[in-house]
Amino acid sequence: MSALEPVDFAYAPALESPAALPLRERYGLFVGGEWVAPADGTTLATTNPATEETLALIAHADEADVDRAVRAARRGFEKYWRKMRQSERAKYVYRIARALTERSREFALAETLETGKPIRQTRDFDVPSAGAHFFYHAGWADKLTWATNGGERARPLGVCGAIVSWNFPLLSAAWKLAPALACGNTVVLKPAESTSLSALLLADVCAEADLPPGVVNVVTGDARTGAALVEHGDVDGVSFSGSVETGKAIRRATAGTAKRLSLQLGGKSAFVVYDDAPFDQAIESVVAAAFSSGGQPAGTGCRLFVQENVLEEVVARLRARLGSLRHGDPLDKNTDVGAVRSRAQRERIAEFVRAGVEEGATLVQAAWTPPERGFWFPASMLADVQPSHGAAREEIAGPVLSVLSFRTPGEAIERVNDAPYGLAAAVWTSSGALALHTAERLRAGVVWCNAFARFDPSAPFGGFKESGFGRDGGAPGLASYLHA
Amino acid sequence: MPRVLARVDAATLEARALQLARRSIEGGAKRAAIDLAIACLDLTTLEGKDTPATVRALCARAMAPAPGAPSVAAVCLYPSLVGVAREALAGSGVRVASVATAFPSGLSPLEGRLREVREAVAAGAEEIDMVIDRGAFLTGRYDLVRDEIAAVKEACGGATLKVILEAGELGSYRAIRFACDVALDGGADFLKTATGKIGVSSTPAIALLMCEAIRERARTSGVRVGLKLAGGIRTAAAALGYLALVHETLGPDWLRPARLRFGASSLLDDLLRERATVEAGGYSNAACVASA
Repeated sequence: MSALEPVDFAYAPALESPAALPLRERYGLFVGGEWVAPADGTTLATTNPATEETLALIAHADEADVDRAVRAARRGFEKYWRKMRQSERAKYVYRIARALTERSREFALAETLETGKPIRQTRDFDVPSAGAHFFYHAGWADKLTWATNGGERARPLGVCGAIVSWNFPLLSAAWKLAPALACGNTVVLKPAESTSLSALLLADVCAEADLPPGVVNVVTGDARTGAALVEHGDVDGVSFSGSVETGKAIRRATAGTAKRLSLQLGGKSAFVVYDDAPFDQAIESVVAAAFSSGGQPAGTGCRLFVQENVLEEVVARLRARLGSLRHGDPLDKNTDVGAVRSRAQRERIAEFVRAGVEEGATLVQAAWTPPERGFWFPASMLADVQPSHGAAREEIAGPVLSVLSFRTPGEAIERVNDAPYGLAAAVWTSSGALALHTAERLRAGVVWCNAFARFDPSAPFGGFKESGFGRDGGAPGLASYLHA
Repeated sequence: MPRVLARVDAATLEARALQLARRSIEGGAKRAAIDLAIACLDLTTLEGKDTPATVRALCARAMAPAPGAPSVAAVCLYPSLVGVAREALAGSGVRVASVATAFPSGLSPLEGRLREVREAVAAGAEEIDMVIDRGAFLTGRYDLVRDEIAAVKEACGGATLKVILEAGELGSYRAIRFACDVALDGGADFLKTATGKIGVSSTPAIALLMCEAIRERARTSGVRVGLKLAGGIRTAAAALGYLALVHETLGPDWLRPARLRFGASSLLDDLLRERATVEAGGYSNAACVASA
């Protein structure tokens, strides 16, 4: 028999073709339904973290550009969007949803090329979730009286500034744009400077959907652009996804103004694994969240709490599982762990891990030699982390899992809650009663039972404590965009 | 006293299984995978109308499926045809496998089932595919199921024992996972998903669950048991998806006929079609995404 010996089953590269995304050499700003050059002509380069190659030049919007965009949004609001019948607005939001979905392949490529997360992740999670948000919110547009408890006539805020993060650029843009538009607001969208392509594609989609001029505007640029948008006097609401530090600055900048504010900040998601959990699935779930998500909304910097009587076994299984993760080209459809966003981010992750080891954690790292070019970090597990260690408390957007233990449900709850953040958590147990007991005591915006990162536009997502306030999704998510 | 059943979470299991079954196997890897799937095939005929002539034709195909293609692992048939196959396959390296133990229901007195096994082995069967008594399992008589497997194993002598769980009849993933452990305790050399005689046979989730049971047993006891996927696997794309699933769950040591089998009658046709297409360079760049 020819195949008695084990076969080397190395998968050949299965690459998604970047040719499916025709990129322009340079991008302007999308203001008042048109592409315009930035006032002072400054551009920034956006690069592919897997190759360090420049993808395109994007415009840097200064204060004058932001002002132009806000004025366009105000005009769009007064002239078209505010006056339009709600059922007509719904049709536009549906059109965006359809156009976005039809161009999913381009969006998945844009997300993967700029963020370095695996194409499987952007294709199967980010892009479909973004589309789902537009479809869902289109349905709300003419039912807004049911969005508020009083059932009164709900009115839009006016002009909303949406500032979104680099780890899930398209989805966080959709989280803000879809409800803002459905509620009758016009929007100035400001993507992160390193991940602007999907927002610019979204501008194309809005043009394709024949959205009236000024209803959606996209300004690209760095932190100064974002600050100009936040501080602009004619902006009625600001919603932000990003770092805690910037979130605090925004809160200070909007204090004492009438601006509506919603903040979706960092997190340090917690997995609680009890001794009666379905281990194989719990581990797959932890692995997917901590290593393969490339910075999914809830997947940044995971903490895993394992009941002490099964700690050794769970760590042994995790160790084995780390070895079968597929690292490599984010465009390869079989890649599990892609690139990290930037050189600086890689350094931050390395420093985080180094500090963890110094504090006494045991590092287990996937054996993988990264390519010479590009920014990479192998999937890593810090075992024996103590609750007081930085590795248990500080946020890190990278493929690093901190493993801690607990003895009783009470101790698990106490240790999970002992963190400045409270975004998402998961409880793994075969006991429904224990799952509910734990879930209702965890201070986290979302708690999944025997699951993780299951998102649906009808389910509100958001945090406790330093993870922010305001919700994205569901009826509670509409509150950030309505006067009720 | 009934024992606690295994713990399995259905949603995560199914999601992970689908992810693995959808791996993109392209280019040279696809070519190698197709030949591996052929080499791991139990070419099967389990029809009431089987005759010595149809079995001889099947054996000829098993030994030389196509120019340049490897021979299959085994031919799988009813006990009364074992002798015919034994003679037709003599010296070829292709093994003779026989279903036994009142296939497919398993519902006849144990002594008769054991006699069937002994006679099949005496007639030249090198592998026995037995069915478990699902009725006994579903009524909580796990020790009985385990003891019957052990008795069949003894009757097998030196023959390889594949234990068919008929997963689709067990009702839940946790029951299937527990049945794996019962079969492993009984001394199975292979765990096999299904008879192919009922609607639900092999799915990626069931295959993953059985891989996990086998992996767990290898980790705790060092015993490396094989896996046979049978029933409803008809396309090369599906088979390649299962190869990826086994590869990433159990590792490369399971990618050989001694540890992995596909039980199928029509799968070979599609594997050979795909093989010819790859040889001709037709799809050489196209993705082969399993649709299982």
